[in-house]
Amino acid sequence: MRRFLSKIPWNYNLLIGGIITGVILLFTVIGQFWTPYSITNMNSMLKNKAPSIMHIMGTDNFGRDVFSRIMNGCGTTFFVAICTVLIGCLCGIIIGALTGYFGGLLDEVIMRVNDVMLSFPSVLLVLIFISFLGKGKYKIIWALGVMFIPSFARIVRSEVIRYKNQEFVKSAQVMGAGSFRIIFIHILPNTAVSMLTAAAIGFNNAVLAEASMSYLGLGVQPPEPSLGRMLSEAQAYIFTAPWYAISPGIVIVLIILGFSMISEGLREMGTK
Amino acid sequence: MKYFVKKFIALIITLLVISLLTFTAFSVIPGDAAISKLGVEASPEAIAKLQAEYGLDKPLPVRYANWLGDALHGDFGQSYRYDRMTVAQLLGSRLPVTILLAVMSFIIIVVIAVPLGMLSARFSGKWLDVLINQVTQITMAIPSFFLGIILTYIFGLVLKVFKTGGFVSMEQDLGACIRYLILPAVAVSLPKIAMVVKYLRNSVLSEIDKDYVRTAYSKGNSESQVLYGHVLRNALIPVITFVAMVVAEILAGSLVIEQVFSIPGMGRLLITSISTRDYPVVQAAVLYITSVVVVINFLVDVLYQLADPRVRTA
Repeated sequence: MRRFLSKIPWNYNLLIGGIITGVILLFTVIGQFWTPYSITNMNSMLKNKAPSIMHIMGTDNFGRDVFSRIMNGCGTTFFVAICTVLIGCLCGIIIGALTGYFGGLLDEVIMRVNDVMLSFPSVLLVLIFISFLGKGKYKIIWALGVMFIPSFARIVRSEVIRYKNQEFVKSAQVMGAGSFRIIFIHILPNTAVSMLTAAAIGFNNAVLAEASMSYLGLGVQPPEPSLGRMLSEAQAYIFTAPWYAISPGIVIVLIILGFSMISEGLREMGTK
Repeated sequence: MKYFVKKFIALIITLLVISLLTFTAFSVIPGDAAISKLGVEASPEAIAKLQAEYGLDKPLPVRYANWLGDALHGDFGQSYRYDRMTVAQLLGSRLPVTILLAVMSFIIIVVIAVPLGMLSARFSGKWLDVLINQVTQITMAIPSFFLGIILTYIFGLVLKVFKTGGFVSMEQDLGACIRYLILPAVAVSLPKIAMVVKYLRNSVLSEIDKDYVRTAYSKGNSESQVLYGHVLRNALIPVITFVAMVVAEILAGSLVIEQVFSIPGMGRLLITSISTRDYPVVQAAVLYITSVVVVINFLVDVLYQLADPRVRTA
């Protein structure tokens, strides 16, 4: 592990972003198995209590511990984000690699579709998808996943086009390697850094979109805790229990900040 | 000219494809206007009669043609939920608010982001640039709805200058309406300001080493004359394409922020209609929003060609 970590050319953004994300991830993983208090048990004695040593982020309108719910709710956020990035990445790589390598009419059509989809912000596009898929966690995942395909496909496509006429590909062709071997074994590994950057940005958009949709009541459904949902419940109590709204909000900001710093850091690493 | 014709044809095709997709997507959802009007227990004959009346018994391509023809005349049918209102009336009453909010956000973005971006580029590498860079990175990470909640808390409770839920419609009092929309507009624009600052800074920095800048300096222009008179004009060209994205982002942001500040605009209409399965309204709203984004992209493309004729040959 230490060997692996020391191999990475660290820079300021990558380091700070990595630390923020690492800490949140640690709490999230713990939160899936153990939380300081129950996340669903309500207690009318503890309604809207201010942060204290017992409840470091206070309690909500049902007397539930906000910190425990955030620890657990981050899991939902990460789950949605990871699934969507995986769907987008896998489909994007396949589509981008094939269209980039073979070109032709299909390439033209797919890129036009991509152009149109890319002109829509992710929140808007998810809202459109949700409007005919209906609401719910898994629908959000599908909507976001499909939505990320174009951006990944475009990156892979341009990288494949850049590499496909280079010497190492030509020599592989001379050696008799098939198209699929050339694409997936020879070309794709070169795109790792730009794919990672794109994945970090995609992750960010997914977190933001999921939080927005859950805030609007179209994403994760109660009683499952979710950061966006907590914010919308907390809004009614903003004047009596501001900590309830501020804590999940700050956690969302930190998650997004962490990943945007990582993507910035990766980009710096790539240009050096 | 050939370029514009080509772009225009592409625009029409895109709009047609979008309308086709919207239509099909909502046609495959189980349950139609007749069933939702009469309820599930209604007799099959009554449903069949109403379906015939609505033209729902015809094959899909015919229905699409009819629907598109009506839509082009501004007729999107009846809302399921609001009995006495057509979809067009509903949209018409909600659209101006969203447009006003979007325009206000756009003005805020331009007024704040352009000078900041120029400052950041002018002092690149100095402490001011570093500061702006850090602040923009953080503001980019704040979701607009969270920012909205924080703003209502600060201005509502601490400063007591803002009343949540006190929305005044445009017909009643335009000034009060604009005053109410200032906070939402700030909430929408702040994360986008960061994007524009960053983009403009890089655009200026890529211009600043070019020959014409040196020439301008050697003719005795001062630094700000060169920056605002020469560099900004060229640096803004790539920013134009970026504006289309920003406008779309503003639209998305205001749809969400309307929920935070309970503003009766398109966003709230869309979200309540999704929740209550008022499909004619959802369908029309989706078609509207997507068309706006596509048309703005087209306009920006055209504007870009006019501003920089080099692109046309490329």
